[in-house]
Amino acid sequence: MSVASIIGQALVLFGTFFYVLSSLGLIRMPDVYNRMQTATKSATLGSLGVIIGTGIWAIGEVGSYSWIPKTLIIAVFLLLTNPIAAHALIRAAYKSGVPLWEGSIVDRYKEAESSLERVEEIKEKLEEPSQEVETNE
Amino acid sequence: MIEVYLILIALAVVLSMYRFFRGPTTADRIVAVDIMTTLTTGLMVLFALYYRRAIFLDVALVYAVLAFLGVITFARYMEGGL
Repeated sequence: MSVASIIGQALVLFGTFFYVLSSLGLIRMPDVYNRMQTATKSATLGSLGVIIGTGIWAIGEVGSYSWIPKTLIIAVFLLLTNPIAAHALIRAAYKSGVPLWEGSIVDRYKEAESSLERVEEIKEKLEEPSQEVETNE
Repeated sequence: MIEVYLILIALAVVLSMYRFFRGPTTADRIVAVDIMTTLTTGLMVLFALYYRRAIFLDVALVYAVLAFLGVITFARYMEGGL
């Protein structure tokens, strides 16, 4: 075994460990949001390890360096798109009314929306009398 | 030695299938599908090394693109934008 295949195999083992951890987090966590947080981050890190590790492993195993660019492209693409997909999915889950876990305390998004509505109500109340005054004149 | 990693990743996919069948809400199932596609992309890259064909890496790249588009489409649909 050459040095490259040992390094690649260690990286693949690292990534596989994080893959199994992400699926365990998907089972164990109590809430959609917690599940998405644990699963997405560890699956992204694990796929970085597995894919780049395969590229390095192929140097020792197959004997060609042409695997490195393709695996790097796949890894960078996953690194860029996985958090975007998670963000869109969790935002959609919140907007469609999936409840938070009953142990969660702070919901700043809801507070911000309700305070924005209150500010708009106050603005409307302030603007109404001035318009009446203008129409009277 | 590579078979051990293939079996471990397949085990992780099967474990995340539990959430797909069990999940109480729709968002749970879509989260499970998202994680399964990420795991399957790594599995495809490892299979390319198992068969020693570099051309199989292109399949993994196209699969990653299509999985991303599918999850974005489901998210837009749940949000009510479609």
